[in-house]
Amino acid sequence: MQSVLRQFVLSGEDSSLPELVLKLPGSAFAVSDASRSATVRRLWLDTFDWRLFRSGLTLEQVSRGGTADLVLTGRDGQVIAADHRLPPADGRNGGRSRPAWPGLLDTLPLGPLRDHLGPVVGVRALLPVARAVSVLREARVLNSDDKTIARITVDRMSVTYPEAGSVPPRLAVSALRGYQAQALRVADLLAAEPGITEASQSGLEAALAAAGRRPGDYTGKVDVRLTPRMPAAVAMTTVLTSLFDTLLVNVNGTVRDIDTEFLHDLRVAVRRTRSALKLTGDVLPGDMAARFRPEFKWLGDLTTPTRDLDVYLLGYPDMAAGLVAATPGELQPFHAHLERSRAAAHRQLARGLRSARFSRLSREWRHALDTATAAGTRPGATRTTVARLAASRIGRAHRRVLRDGGAITATSPPESLHELRKRCKELRYLLEFFGSLYDPGQHWQAVRELKALQDCLGEFQDMQVQHEEIQVFAAQMMEQRTAPATTLLAMGEIAAGLATRQHHARSEFAGRFRDFASPAGQNRIRALTGAAAA
Amino acid sequence: MKIFATYNIKGGVGKTATAVNLSYLAAREGYRTLLWDLDAQAAATFLFRVRPRVKGGGKGLIRGTRSVDDAIKATDFDRLDLLPSDFTYRNLDLLLDAAKKPARRLGSLLAPLGAEYDVVFLDCPPGISLLSESVLRAADTLLVPLIPTTLSVRTLDQLTEFVADLNGHRPTILAFFSMSDRRKRLHKEISEQLPEQRSDVAATAIPAMSMIERMSVERAPVTAFAPRSLAARRYEELWREVRERAGLPDPKPDDAW
Repeated sequence: MQSVLRQFVLSGEDSSLPELVLKLPGSAFAVSDASRSATVRRLWLDTFDWRLFRSGLTLEQVSRGGTADLVLTGRDGQVIAADHRLPPADGRNGGRSRPAWPGLLDTLPLGPLRDHLGPVVGVRALLPVARAVSVLREARVLNSDDKTIARITVDRMSVTYPEAGSVPPRLAVSALRGYQAQALRVADLLAAEPGITEASQSGLEAALAAAGRRPGDYTGKVDVRLTPRMPAAVAMTTVLTSLFDTLLVNVNGTVRDIDTEFLHDLRVAVRRTRSALKLTGDVLPGDMAARFRPEFKWLGDLTTPTRDLDVYLLGYPDMAAGLVAATPGELQPFHAHLERSRAAAHRQLARGLRSARFSRLSREWRHALDTATAAGTRPGATRTTVARLAASRIGRAHRRVLRDGGAITATSPPESLHELRKRCKELRYLLEFFGSLYDPGQHWQAVRELKALQDCLGEFQDMQVQHEEIQVFAAQMMEQRTAPATTLLAMGEIAAGLATRQHHARSEFAGRFRDFASPAGQNRIRALTGAAAA
Repeated sequence: MKIFATYNIKGGVGKTATAVNLSYLAAREGYRTLLWDLDAQAAATFLFRVRPRVKGGGKGLIRGTRSVDDAIKATDFDRLDLLPSDFTYRNLDLLLDAAKKPARRLGSLLAPLGAEYDVVFLDCPPGISLLSESVLRAADTLLVPLIPTTLSVRTLDQLTEFVADLNGHRPTILAFFSMSDRRKRLHKEISEQLPEQRSDVAATAIPAMSMIERMSVERAPVTAFAPRSLAARRYEELWREVRERAGLPDPKPDDAW
């Protein structure tokens, strides 16, 4: 096993191995003139939201000849786990074939690689983020016994995806096991040479840079930089444009059904857009808000059935494992019913996202945003600053949460908690839209208690919805004659479990709301918005 | 992890040549392989161009004050690592004698390497000693090179009896003829008859050849520097027979998918 110790970038096209050989004289080492050359195809994988990159991990599939290696490395380039010698992609290996990308984690065999990836990747699919072809030329560094102690590899890489591009030649020094100290001396000798500089980017970063991208360039969070004195209309157009970009980049993954989180992020972008139009739409020009609110409602409704079934299916393993009287096997027909329903719902959703109505919405919304941006930057377009807008709208949403939440008693109907949940979401979204105006520490404090309240209300509402849905599913399965009595009994047990969890959430509500509505909690939100508005 | 030991009471019978070539062939086939040169003469270490030095010496390893892991060196061949010899190995018997459960010490030192290696070869010095006993306890298969003479066959019988008398774990014995000279009538007769009569003698014989002796000049396994030579082909046949008899599963990476 060898590990990459240091990487360098070679400047000048004429840098080649024979010259490097000449660059080591005077040392106790020699470079073997019998260098090996190979062409390898490289494919880097990550989730759409860069979970591996954000955790300091790099997953690379390196193919040469008919085989490939899948290697996970850490920040220092050390190999953490690997699966070697994957069979050909065409399945010529006793019927087994190499995983196809994009793919979920369960396409990987059980083993250390999957164990390491599991907690980081979660439910997201791994998909290609860059592809390149590398011509590698490798020379061995020998000590005075003619024993190999290190390898020097020159990598001439041409990027083929996401865009074609070329990368300056890179040079890596790898140590053979037991020869780390000597290999480090070789790396020091090379580092002292002109035309050789320490690489500041990993192979993936260099490949992406050549293609005009950078890792970590997607986040599902509201990613805008606002300044307090920015005109309110300009700020809201900036927020809405960012949300629309997020919505659009998730459409393809949703239609192709790569993983469940594309739809999740798309839905969140739609909900945030609807809240922005509802709560701050009056600062936008003309009837922009009123015109688009029904269309975004349509889009939101279009995505609901698939997401509800996704939530059911994602929670299914835990539900099945939690059965006491029934067995997971007895619940299997329910799982099959969920899968069938989900497939049908997704077909509807994909049709909607490919429809003329969605295309028109996208086109007209983009046009409206561009027009509003242009109008907002005209001198004297509006006198309200975003800091004032934020203070007034966050203040209003906050007061509504306090009022509605304070009115809830032990006998209040479930609908009142559902309504409060919506008000909390509106407050949360406002805090996110305007988050860049505030001190990050104070902002985090303000969101924390709201989040705890939201989690409780979310659990209550989810259990309510799932409880109602399971009764609908049972009726459907009875009608379709796909529900054996044992399955219905198992579903009854699930329904009882949902009711218990809902009761639990209900009993926790009062405490959570008390924390949120405490004088200290109230002051935190007032202090946050007040400072920026002043 | 399968542990093979090349062992004979007699010296100069081809133990090191066997360990070096079979370990190279195992690694070439995809097995993650470790060769431990237990002989203070350090011939296997020399052949792989590694310096015969282990930090802390044999004492550090046997007492556990130095980790086996830190002493391992990569050879120039993929998947083949070496635990080098050290001049202090000449005292391994004394060191083992001072250790707790000396006969099991080698096995317990190797056990943690199970996740890292598929195959381990132990290249042992000649003789019957506490070290040999520890090797017999640790090994799954004892590979015994024999020069085809009547005396050698007697030595195999002695070894078989010694192993049979061991309590607990006993390795499987697989003898094979080494340095066989077909121009000598006795060599020819014994190396043809014995494999038919005894199941513990392999069908493959390694001939006496100058190409094998050249290993010390090339400082590499003959299977690496002259892969098409008769000597290399014989080692390949012997490895195939050893691997099949030991029931070694296919190299792991192929099973991954």
